[in-house]
Amino acid sequence: MDNLLSLFYENREFIFLIIVSIFLGIEVISNVPAVLHTPLMSGANAIHGVVIIGSIIIMLEADPTNYFALGLGFLAVVLGTLNVVGGFVVTNRMLEMFKKKEK
Amino acid sequence: MTSILGLSLLELCYIIASVTFIFGLKMLSSPDKARKGNLIAAYGMGIAIIATILFKEELTPEKWPNYALILAGLVVGTVIGTRMALKVKMTAMPQMVSFFNGMGGACAAVISLVEFDHLMHAGQVELGMMIVIILGLIIGSVSFSGSIIAYGKLEGKIADRALPAGQVINIVLLLAILGLGAFIVWSGSTSPIYIYALLAISLLYGVLFVMPIGGADMPVVISLLNSFTGMAAAFGGFLYDNQAMLTGGILVGSAGTILTVLMCTAMNRSLTNVIIGSFGGNSAAG
Repeated sequence: MDNLLSLFYENREFIFLIIVSIFLGIEVISNVPAVLHTPLMSGANAIHGVVIIGSIIIMLEADPTNYFALGLGFLAVVLGTLNVVGGFVVTNRMLEMFKKKEK
Repeated sequence: MTSILGLSLLELCYIIASVTFIFGLKMLSSPDKARKGNLIAAYGMGIAIIATILFKEELTPEKWPNYALILAGLVVGTVIGTRMALKVKMTAMPQMVSFFNGMGGACAAVISLVEFDHLMHAGQVELGMMIVIILGLIIGSVSFSGSIIAYGKLEGKIADRALPAGQVINIVLLLAILGLGAFIVWSGSTSPIYIYALLAISLLYGVLFVMPIGGADMPVVISLLNSFTGMAAAFGGFLYDNQAMLTGGILVGSAGTILTVLMCTAMNRSLTNVIIGSFGGNSAAG
């Protein structure tokens, strides 16, 4: 119990930030029209590619002789980049199509 | 360059990135600004990535192989990602999104594996770290295998198939994941057997979770898995005390969940209907 309480106390700012962000996320997209559902999903998909920062940090902190961390870290960088770059490019293409349709 | 200046610049860039993510999502939900919103979020992501490489650690000569590998990874990912995204047919967009979503989930799962290995060698285990690593691993790998199955189904490579007692098996698997995860956290065991067992069960659960769901409901499932990956990214943010990962991840996690519900409503279905209703077969879908 003490463990959990101290965990809560140490991370209180994070917990605060999380709760505010949850409401923000809900609020920000609550008025989206149905036609934009798929592009918005795709855009959000690209944004969670921010996980790539974690893989860069792994690589930066890894010892140059720790091949396990380096190998998996490299894999993670590639996967994360695919998510980010692919996500944004696909979203852009979807929205391009959109414009033509509307005109 | 781990000076105060470097670290301040890093945090400043993370704040800028977080703000662009919020603006990006906001603009993506209005038709005439959507494209600009996507670009703004992309710039923010670029800033966050470059700042991390430049300011996170001191640039020392012994570390240059690491930097070379990071750059190589970025180049490989960019080339493959751009090619795939530009080549895909307009009608095949949803599965492409699902595929890229799976890559993000896999990235989160791999990060958890490496950090678990760190804990294993460090010898001492922090409760908070352990919880975050385990949750990131579970959610990341479920999202990865689920997204790949969703991709395969929309591509027509995988048929809708329901196991006879699919729902029971899924519940058992879910309980097994939660039980094993709780056991690892509780016991503080850093034995690799448990973590790889957890990885295997989570991957299997992702497959069996998406397998019976009908093709027409797939966009909803992709959106749900999308918000899962957002959560996995947020756990990564916890792990590294990283504000950009945390806000980006949580925003997508919550916006994605609401979007999933909105998509269900637009299709006149409830979320439970989509997930559980089609376990008996795909007759309910479409």
